[in-house]
Amino acid sequence: MPRPGFVLDVDRSTPPLLFWHGEGFRLERLPAERTRVLYPPEPLDPLKDPQGAIRHALLHPLGDSKPLPELLFPGMKLTIAFDDISLPLPPMRRPDVRQRVIETVLDMAAEAGVDDVHLIAALALHRRMTEAELRHAVGDRVYDAFAPTGHLYNLDAEDTDAMAFLGTTDKGEEVEINRRAAESDLLVYVNINLVAMDGGWKSTATGLASYRSLRHHHNVRTLQQSRSLMDHHRSELHTSNWRMGKVIRDAGVKIFQIETTLNTDTFPPPFDFLMKREWEWTAKDRALFVASSKSLARTPSRLRRDIFQSIKAPHQMTSVQAGEVEAVHEETIRNVHRQQLVEVEGQTDILAMGLPYICPYNVNSIMNPILVMCLGLGYFFNLYRNKPLVREGGVLIMSHPTPWEFHPVHHPSYIDFFEQVLSETTDPLRMEAEFEKGFAEDEWYRHLYRTSYAYHGVHPFYMWYWGAHALQHVGRVIIVGGAPRAVRRLGFMAASTMHDALEMASDVVGRAPTITHLHVPPLLIADVQ
Amino acid sequence: MRALVFERKPVKYVAAAVAGRLRPGRGASVGPLSLQDVDEPAAPGDGWVRVRPRLAGICGSDLATLDGHSSRYFEPIVSFPFVPGHEVVGELDDGTRVVLVPVLTCEPRGVTPPCPWCAAGQPNRCERIAFGHLEPGLQTGFCESTGGGWSTAFVAHRSQLVAVPDDLSDEDAVIVEPAACAVHAARTVLPGDVAVIGAGTLGLLTIAALRHLGSERTVVATAKHPHQRQLATELGADRVVATGELARAVRSMTGAMVIGEQLTSGLTTVVDCVGSDDSVAQALSVAAPGGDVLLVGMPGPRSSLDLTPLWHRETSIRGCYAYTRDDFDTAIELVRARGLGRLVSATYPLARYRDAIDHAANAGGRGAVKIAFDLRQEKGR
Repeated sequence: MPRPGFVLDVDRSTPPLLFWHGEGFRLERLPAERTRVLYPPEPLDPLKDPQGAIRHALLHPLGDSKPLPELLFPGMKLTIAFDDISLPLPPMRRPDVRQRVIETVLDMAAEAGVDDVHLIAALALHRRMTEAELRHAVGDRVYDAFAPTGHLYNLDAEDTDAMAFLGTTDKGEEVEINRRAAESDLLVYVNINLVAMDGGWKSTATGLASYRSLRHHHNVRTLQQSRSLMDHHRSELHTSNWRMGKVIRDAGVKIFQIETTLNTDTFPPPFDFLMKREWEWTAKDRALFVASSKSLARTPSRLRRDIFQSIKAPHQMTSVQAGEVEAVHEETIRNVHRQQLVEVEGQTDILAMGLPYICPYNVNSIMNPILVMCLGLGYFFNLYRNKPLVREGGVLIMSHPTPWEFHPVHHPSYIDFFEQVLSETTDPLRMEAEFEKGFAEDEWYRHLYRTSYAYHGVHPFYMWYWGAHALQHVGRVIIVGGAPRAVRRLGFMAASTMHDALEMASDVVGRAPTITHLHVPPLLIADVQ
Repeated sequence: MRALVFERKPVKYVAAAVAGRLRPGRGASVGPLSLQDVDEPAAPGDGWVRVRPRLAGICGSDLATLDGHSSRYFEPIVSFPFVPGHEVVGELDDGTRVVLVPVLTCEPRGVTPPCPWCAAGQPNRCERIAFGHLEPGLQTGFCESTGGGWSTAFVAHRSQLVAVPDDLSDEDAVIVEPAACAVHAARTVLPGDVAVIGAGTLGLLTIAALRHLGSERTVVATAKHPHQRQLATELGADRVVATGELARAVRSMTGAMVIGEQLTSGLTTVVDCVGSDDSVAQALSVAAPGGDVLLVGMPGPRSSLDLTPLWHRETSIRGCYAYTRDDFDTAIELVRARGLGRLVSATYPLARYRDAIDHAANAGGRGAVKIAFDLRQEKGR
């Protein structure tokens, strides 16, 4: 029986606590009697028969949807859209859950005599997936059957001919999604719900949308009012997506949504000690920690990155549900909460977190400083329900080396954003007003997004907006071990050690602040009472 | 009188070249420059007067000479020994404060009739800089006959002197000569947006001159150091970027695509105020097809530029040397309008010339812009 999440009150006997630090780790001692540590629940037991569970979900849909086979007929246009490389994290071991689901859908389509099938990686303005990444997601059999004939491809949200305008919401938000998906007799969306933010109408209304549509919810105002992103009932981002979902539905787009949840079995051996609570480390775990820390410290950064990026998570499926979007998503969220929710009493003055080597936008890539900001302030800060873990005006302390380093192929507009925008302002509202349009409509970025493997020109803005709520909420951000120049450019403060960081925080939160250490990943959602 | 004298001593010159490579400005310690008591130079003829320097700036071309980096091109157009110093504000025997126009052209050389360029009012292109009744020397400060500003006295032809308005400080006045170079450069810049590479004295003054001349254009500049960044912005640059960021900044400004290291479009004019191989190559990479690269900073003696993109994109590289008299007059207005005397960061007496030159050669990293000798309290003046 997996144990639920746990809140540890640090006392003098508590061993040093593990902090992720990019492609490495740090052990830190936090003050006794006023520090608590939030540990994620242990991985839930996976579905014993995942293939059977998928088939069952497709045959017993939720909401007002008919079973999938009843929606399939000869001569129809069927489009299967699936989540892109940003999910799950780290990428999971083969077979990927998308492969399992897509193969089952295709089997049913074949049985129904459907032969006009397209598969689309629903990457919105993310970078295109490489062949290897697509093969990993959908499996070799599906890739070889569809890609060579051009029936399996990445979304191109800048191909204006391939996008369809479906109308506007009652708030004036334009809805434009992939034309093939919109004009198919059935759109099957295959999702992985790693965190509560994923899925629902966001799958279609974001994953298959263009900048024209995305800008209505990927903006500063919306993200400042998404409290939190992990709670779709209190997230303006999700409210906007749900409004767009209504437009999509009213336009006649027929969607069969398939959502899956994964357990928190995140790191394989020899890194599985990272999922344990420090006082339960065995002698072997301690030896592994020491050995891996020392050898990583001597490893060239590029090789170190390769080692970490090669990690494939042992994630396993804990649920699969299919049918009508909203009904499916409610059940999905229940399953996400079953795995990730940890009840916590009240807020603290400081929220401390170690940032790992990976976030949704640097799979097989570099965690650049903007992504450090996004992971810390956009994702981890938002891992709450009800109230943030840190009080308003409190301090956020993150541990990450934050090198001034960018992947030139994946993140070209990030480099310019870092050099040209952040050197002018870190105010999301100002950058949105003065700079966003220029980046979004830059032909060079468009070219790289469409033909290379680059994130869209506007994407670094979205990363910054993702942290807009946290920027508004906290009084100071400190990065332990961060490269000072890069950290300063972000508008934050760099500290050499955790002790220094706590000292620097003291003029904001006093000499004896209360501290929460968010011990992730594996991920959790703090239900702050 | 006291003067810093640069002599023709090949062994010391080689030593300076070696030392200058180890640390910029080190050439002054081991090279052929020394502080000496020498006779005042005699007036070469009618129309010549004695000038007692008050402030004399240290220029990039001086530093190149002291560190043994100058081109051998200059050998026939300088004469040894010479007293450096061509950015000078001084006073005449009657107390009049003057700024030196250092170019030694047909008129001070007594060449009649003047060469076509001098006759046309473009003395910076004078064809007689090694002729007439003076020893060779393109400017005061490189000519044996006249002395130079790094001393307590030198001689100048009246045609080389511009009276300093009372409202200008000595610090303002010593900036007039480099400001005239900047005005001259700015006047030749083509219409359109412009990049200025380098934010030392010349770069900053070029930015100020471009703004002073009033055209509506975007000016993007490169700067290495925080104070340069701040000054460049104050003086009118719309964007200031780190050196390595220029290509990306220009790409964003122009909406260019990129092929290899080359932008497909770019800026009409790129003003190079550094003069290194790297800066010229960078200038070429961000200049638009048919655009203009203007060399304002004195280039080094050897170059290994790949000129293929220049050929293919019909880019021009143009030199930009000195000024006309009109540029000088405008420079005085510019210095007054923008309070450019503030660019003088530190002054030194002649006796501390090694410190002064080290400071000038490493000005950027030490938060400085223009370093000058202060002769106002000098003994024997």
